[in-house]
Amino acid sequence: MCLAIPAKVISRRENKAQVDFGEGVLREVNVTLVDAKEGDYVLVHAGYAIQVLDKREAQETLHLWNEILEAEAQLK
Amino acid sequence: MVEELRFRDPNLAKRISEKIVEILPKKSQIRICHVCGTHEWTLNHYGLRSLLPENVEVIAGPGCPVCIVPASEIDEAVQLALKGIAVTCFGDLFRVPGSNMSLLEAKAKGADVRVVYGVGDAVQMAKNEPDRDFVFFAVGFETTSPSTAVEVAANPPRNISFLVSHRTIPPAMRLLVKLKDLRLNGFIAPGHVSTIIGLRPYEVFPKQYSMPVVVAGFEPMDLMFGIYMIVRQLHDGKPKLENEYMRAVNWEGNVKAQKIMNRVFSTVDGTWRGLGVIPESKFVLKDDYADYDAHSKYGMKIEKGIDIQHGCRCHLVIIGKIRPAECPLFMKTCTPQKPIGACMVSVEGTCRIWATTQH
Repeated sequence: MCLAIPAKVISRRENKAQVDFGEGVLREVNVTLVDAKEGDYVLVHAGYAIQVLDKREAQETLHLWNEILEAEAQLK
Repeated sequence: MVEELRFRDPNLAKRISEKIVEILPKKSQIRICHVCGTHEWTLNHYGLRSLLPENVEVIAGPGCPVCIVPASEIDEAVQLALKGIAVTCFGDLFRVPGSNMSLLEAKAKGADVRVVYGVGDAVQMAKNEPDRDFVFFAVGFETTSPSTAVEVAANPPRNISFLVSHRTIPPAMRLLVKLKDLRLNGFIAPGHVSTIIGLRPYEVFPKQYSMPVVVAGFEPMDLMFGIYMIVRQLHDGKPKLENEYMRAVNWEGNVKAQKIMNRVFSTVDGTWRGLGVIPESKFVLKDDYADYDAHSKYGMKIEKGIDIQHGCRCHLVIIGKIRPAECPLFMKTCTPQKPIGACMVSVEGTCRIWATTQH
């Protein structure tokens, strides 16, 4: 139920947006809850975008994981 | 693309699993609880438990919003459907047993029960068929409740009303902490609920109960790192609130969603199937929206139902006290094809996940 799928905003008109779930799967979703613009990635749950995904933070997470693993290796 | 794949990188998973073993406090038995059906799915689908040392146990809490809807609320929806009102609901809810029957069985008796993708579809149906009365059976945690709030606040047509069964997760986590015999050492908090509520509501757990909390995402590496972060906190002896799912969750959450929820809902004590009444855990429509409340519109309220069928152990599975296989009915009389307990119905129910991934 709490499944949410990332999708890319293709176009937005008022509170509705056309989003791409990948491989050409397009769907109209309700974007009342987010300030998403064209090109943003949003998390979609049951037809409603619930949050805008932060690409910089995604890269930061990967960076952090590497840092943790390397720091641990150095402590050995 | 390469970066995306790293969220599922098996080599990274192996390395982090070795790190967990290295920093694990010696001779300790660690029990981490998550409260999200999608986390349980990821754990099972990717076999993550097999990557953890034997003394690190990850258990599933009441994270399936369909499983915890009490039978009395299913009975209300069934009653409305049998009265001739078109009841719309999520697919997960369709087969959840009520005291006497599920919505599926009501449909088999001729009732108009329709599965929808989201509340927006239900509102559209009501617009398309103005001469018919519709009810949307609104279940789900904070991931789902904002969408109901959006539609209620947007002046939907008068021929739709809402049977609101939304629940909020943090009060259930508080209940789990207080169940001392569960012996929890940390929480993996639900990522998508947290996109809405943010981090603040979890602050109480490390502060008041010395309980580590890590908000984690849903890729396998998100969960592995979430587990690692909890073990690290236990190793350091410093319980705190951390966020692994930074790409979607921030401190304040989705403020727009919170505002619209506060406008439409108030919080009351609510019954959770198998857990009893949890204080301040259920959303109901505020008086301003009483016209859209199915309870007041149809003058109907069912207080008690049969939550647990004879022999069923859903009430123990739902708090992670036993594993599905320890229930005498699991995969004998209770199967995905013919579920007896609610945990076997939803694709996010612990029994259903175990049945489909381990059998």
